[in-house]
Amino acid sequence: MDASTVAISLLNGVSYGLLLFMLSSGLTLIFSMMGVLNFAHASFYMLGAYFGYMVAHQVGFWWGLLLAPLLVGLVGAGFERYCLRKVHKFGHVPELLVTFGLSYVLLELVQLIWGRGAMDFGPPPALQGPLFTLIDSSRDGLGAVIGQAAPALCKSAVAELTLRCTQFPAMRGFMMAMALLMLASVWLLLTRTRIGLVIQAALTHPQVVESLGHNVPRVFMLVFGGGAALAGLAGVIGGSAFVTEPGMAAAVGSISFVVVVVGGMGSLAGAFLASLLIGVLQTFAVAIDASLLSVFQALGVTLTPQSPGYPLWKLTLSQVAPILPYLLLVLMLVLRPKGLLGTREG
Amino acid sequence: MQPALRFKPHDFWRGALWSAYALVLTVAPLIFKSSLALTMLSQIGIAIIACLAFNMLFGQGGMLSFGHAVYSGLGSFFAIHTLRLVSEGAWSLPVSLVPLAGGLAGMGVAVLLGYVTTRKAGTTFAMITLGIGELVWAMSLMFPGFFGGEGGVTGNRVVGQPVWGVSFGPQIQLYYLIALYTFGATALMFAFTRTPLGRMLNAVRDNPERVEFVGYSTQRVRYLAFIASGLFSGIAGGLAALNFEIVTAETVGAARSGAYLLFTFLGGATFFFGPIIGAVLMVVATVLLSDLTKAWLLYLGLGFLFMVMYAPGGVASLVMMNLRVAAYGKLRALWTSYLALAATALVALCGTAAMIEMVYHLQLDAALGNELRFMGTTLNVKALDSWFGAAFVALTGAGLFEVSRRRFAREWGRVQSEIQRLMRQGEGRP
Repeated sequence: MDASTVAISLLNGVSYGLLLFMLSSGLTLIFSMMGVLNFAHASFYMLGAYFGYMVAHQVGFWWGLLLAPLLVGLVGAGFERYCLRKVHKFGHVPELLVTFGLSYVLLELVQLIWGRGAMDFGPPPALQGPLFTLIDSSRDGLGAVIGQAAPALCKSAVAELTLRCTQFPAMRGFMMAMALLMLASVWLLLTRTRIGLVIQAALTHPQVVESLGHNVPRVFMLVFGGGAALAGLAGVIGGSAFVTEPGMAAAVGSISFVVVVVGGMGSLAGAFLASLLIGVLQTFAVAIDASLLSVFQALGVTLTPQSPGYPLWKLTLSQVAPILPYLLLVLMLVLRPKGLLGTREG
Repeated sequence: MQPALRFKPHDFWRGALWSAYALVLTVAPLIFKSSLALTMLSQIGIAIIACLAFNMLFGQGGMLSFGHAVYSGLGSFFAIHTLRLVSEGAWSLPVSLVPLAGGLAGMGVAVLLGYVTTRKAGTTFAMITLGIGELVWAMSLMFPGFFGGEGGVTGNRVVGQPVWGVSFGPQIQLYYLIALYTFGATALMFAFTRTPLGRMLNAVRDNPERVEFVGYSTQRVRYLAFIASGLFSGIAGGLAALNFEIVTAETVGAARSGAYLLFTFLGGATFFFGPIIGAVLMVVATVLLSDLTKAWLLYLGLGFLFMVMYAPGGVASLVMMNLRVAAYGKLRALWTSYLALAATALVALCGTAAMIEMVYHLQLDAALGNELRFMGTTLNVKALDSWFGAAFVALTGAGLFEVSRRRFAREWGRVQSEIQRLMRQGEGRP
């Protein structure tokens, strides 16, 4: 692996991690505020992508980016008002079950309305193409050019000089910027505004807040709607950057749960760390083609297909990449059950 | 004065219920003779064991598992590999004991994975089981040698000489094996609820803090229950391997785990017999309903949502509540309300279903023309009157349902308070 591949992989990993954070921040917010594990969170992400697609095709991508999260937030708030609130008195497990049922219904409704295939939803023209190009030169080392690099910079005229260009897509840069913006604004909203303080107080002392004249159920509805809107925002960005299809909820759903557990239940900063960790881990693992077999070979042990455990040794790291987050989850639970930055033992 | 608690080791009704259960399992294939019915009955038997095993965690231990298919699915895989070894002559084991091999495998996996999973309870437990489920599912694609890749692993359950004329070739012979296992497993799982461990499990569900104060380790109780549940899930998986003679990776998938949860809840997790109802619903829905309509998962999801919101005890709780009403002879006061509820719900359902089917038709079968048959009428998906008619029927039904629901809620409340008054009177009597 050379320097430019490492740099691009790192950036890709960080941008994927930041997308995961956008998704899991809403999940962890709802969990820490209401104690509700929202199983349908990834479905809100999917809904965001589809709403974004719909609006983007009518009036343009930027309106989609603005309106789709609002629409998803409305759906989320409505669900909280008319379904979740009804089962609140039964306890946390029925609350989880009602969101589980919602995930089924949303998936089927999306397939009912938009069909089972992938949608034609891509980034807007302004975000197509590279943000910058890394030029790996054998003489000057690593350099970077904003936007598309001129062909002359990537093609060397002399034989002894090798040049390699790697592009970083602008959409991924946009993804990173949006996630960081979101982190900052959520943090400011929660710690620096009146409504944020009411939310925080309603989390620990709902009775006191209620007796001070605040409408606590409405605060919960706002939090749930807000969390759903964050998932919707992640959906518009993730759906246009990758693919918009009914399977997209299942693809990220369980990973976002892993993020929440690994980061520590209900900790926003923990979710941030965990999503970066998982994003980078998975991106690098996909790029590495080494297996335990090659490790043994480096140690001077040769293994044949007849030796015990051969199917396990021959697995490459890129094949194992999909299960790495779950292995991390298991390891974390064995070694540090409260998660990276968690404070309480559940 | 009579003692408040009477110990009745020979409860007549309990004996009658178990005999009826055994009788139903025995005579069901004699009444429903078609091959479809026999396949369904076999699947119901398997599903009963799986759902009851799931409910050991969910209903009795308060542990919501999103990855329970791991234990039944891995049980299936170990059972089918055992069957292959038996048919190759490497091992000698009667085919009727192969499900037990699956059970042992399921238990072994539960010992291994349960140690991590049961460290937590509540929502964290649910998330961890989800993660473990995904882990095993992803691994099933990584080890094609064991999981058989895309095609799965096949086997043949007819091995060696028939014992007493039983070769397990015909489905009816396998059905009776399944029925035997189902009855045995149900009895054992019921017995489990009566053991000290089963009682402690209920306590761990209801008040874990107090259990810790009494001196038990909640983690250990959960772990032991998890292992027991893994054993029975594995047996169900082993029976499924014998029944289908093929095991694919989807048996460990999230969809299967979700189905266990959904139908156990629909059947009723708060009563021991609830999952049995759930298992019947599961097979009927996956075999018959999925054949009837493409939108069956939508109906299922909506039904589940309504159940969680309005009857969190599932079908079993509805049955038990009405049994109590019947026991006090009050059912007569309610039956008109029930009739009104059922009729209006049916009307609303017809209208909604017509609209859903029309949307599905537009989405999937548009090439087949604009018309579709629905309950004896022809609907035109492009014509306004079909949509208007369906919406009218749905809204009328929903409106009338709300009216009759309010009436029913009043009647129900009145009957319940009357029953409570009667019960208080009964307690005061010497």
